[in-house]
Amino acid sequence: MQKTIDLKLYATLNKFSPSSPEHYPVKPGTTILSLIEKLGIPINQAKLVFINGVKCELTASLHGGERVGIFPPVGGG
Amino acid sequence: METEDLLKQIREKAFKASYPDGTTYWGLSVNQVMSLEKTLAFSAKNIEIAALENGIIPERYVRNFNAFSQKDQIKLLQSTVAVVGLGGLGGGVTEILARIGIGTLILIDGDIFEDTNLNRQMLSTQLRIGTSKAVAAAERVKEINSSVTITVHKQFLDKQNAPAFLSKAHVIVDCLDNISTRFIVHDAAKKLQIPLVSSAVAGASGQLTTIFPEDGGLSLIYGESDLQASMGAEKSLGCLPHAVTFLSSMECSEVVKIILNRGSLLRNQIMLVDLDTNSFEIMHLV
Repeated sequence: MQKTIDLKLYATLNKFSPSSPEHYPVKPGTTILSLIEKLGIPINQAKLVFINGVKCELTASLHGGERVGIFPPVGGG
Repeated sequence: METEDLLKQIREKAFKASYPDGTTYWGLSVNQVMSLEKTLAFSAKNIEIAALENGIIPERYVRNFNAFSQKDQIKLLQSTVAVVGLGGLGGGVTEILARIGIGTLILIDGDIFEDTNLNRQMLSTQLRIGTSKAVAAAERVKEINSSVTITVHKQFLDKQNAPAFLSKAHVIVDCLDNISTRFIVHDAAKKLQIPLVSSAVAGASGQLTTIFPEDGGLSLIYGESDLQASMGAEKSLGCLPHAVTFLSSMECSEVVKIILNRGSLLRNQIMLVDLDTNSFEIMHLV
C-alpha cells in the first residue's frame, strides 16, 4: 500500500503545495531534504520543519503516516 | 497626605455595584480616581492599587473580574512591560495592555507613520501620516488609561540603547517588523534576564513564541542570527490586519500569563497560525 504524509505548507510556501497535500505519497526512508527538493521549495525558505509537531533536522527521514509542516522565515508586523 | 487619609477618602467615595451575575462589589469610578488624584498627593495608579488592596474595584477594571482576582489586578498595575515596535503588532499590544491595566509601559519606536501602515496599524490615521509612532502610542495610552505610567523612546532600538531602554521591564514584547532587530531585542532580553514574547506575521499567517532567558530562543526559529535575511515571507505577502491583530492579542495573552504566573506558556514552542485555512498549531522547538 502506498505510504503518504499529511503535508502543511505555510505562508509563501503554500504555492508549492501538491494537489492533495493531506495524502502526499512518500517512499519510506525519504529524507526531509529530498522532500523539500521534490516539492521545489528553495532550501533557504524551509528552515522550520516539523514532523508530528516536533522540530526536525533536514536529515530526518519519513516512514509514512506523519504530519509534516514547513514554515518559511517570517518577520513582519 | 497620609495613606490613612487616602483610604478614608476612597472608602467615602466607593459605591456598591453589581456584577452581571448579580453578586455585589464596592466600586470606584474613573472620575472619582481622577478627582482624588487632583486633590491628593497620590498618583491615579497608587489610588487604584490602594483601593484594590482594600477590596474596592476601580470600575475601569471591573470586567477583568472575576477572571482576575484583586491580587492579580494589583500585580498587573505594579508591572512594567516594554513594547518594542509600535506598528501593527505594537499598536494592538499597547492598546490591550493599557486597557487591561499594566501599570507602566515602555514604548519604543523611532519610526513615523506612512500611507502603507494604514491597512493594519491601529495607531495610524490619515492625520498622523508623517508623525511619530511612539508619540501616537503615548497619546493613545493617556486617552485610554491615565493611570498608566509611560516612558517613550522615539528612537529605534539598537545594540547600544537596548540595555538602558529595556532594563526596567518585567516582560518585553517583540512587535518588530524585521528579523535582524528581533535578534537585538532577544540578546538584550537574555542578558537582562527578562522574559520575551515574540511574534511575526506574513500575509494571513503568523507565529508566536515565549522565550525565557534560559530557553533556546530565536535561533531555534530563524537559525543563527548572522545567517539571516532581514525580511521574511512578508516581503511578498505583506501583513493582513486580521492576522496582525490576532497575533497581537496572543502576545498580550502570553504577557499576562507570565506576570500572573498562570496557565501555560509557549516556551520552547511556536504557535503557527494560518487564518486562510483556520489552522492553529503548537509545534515543539526542542
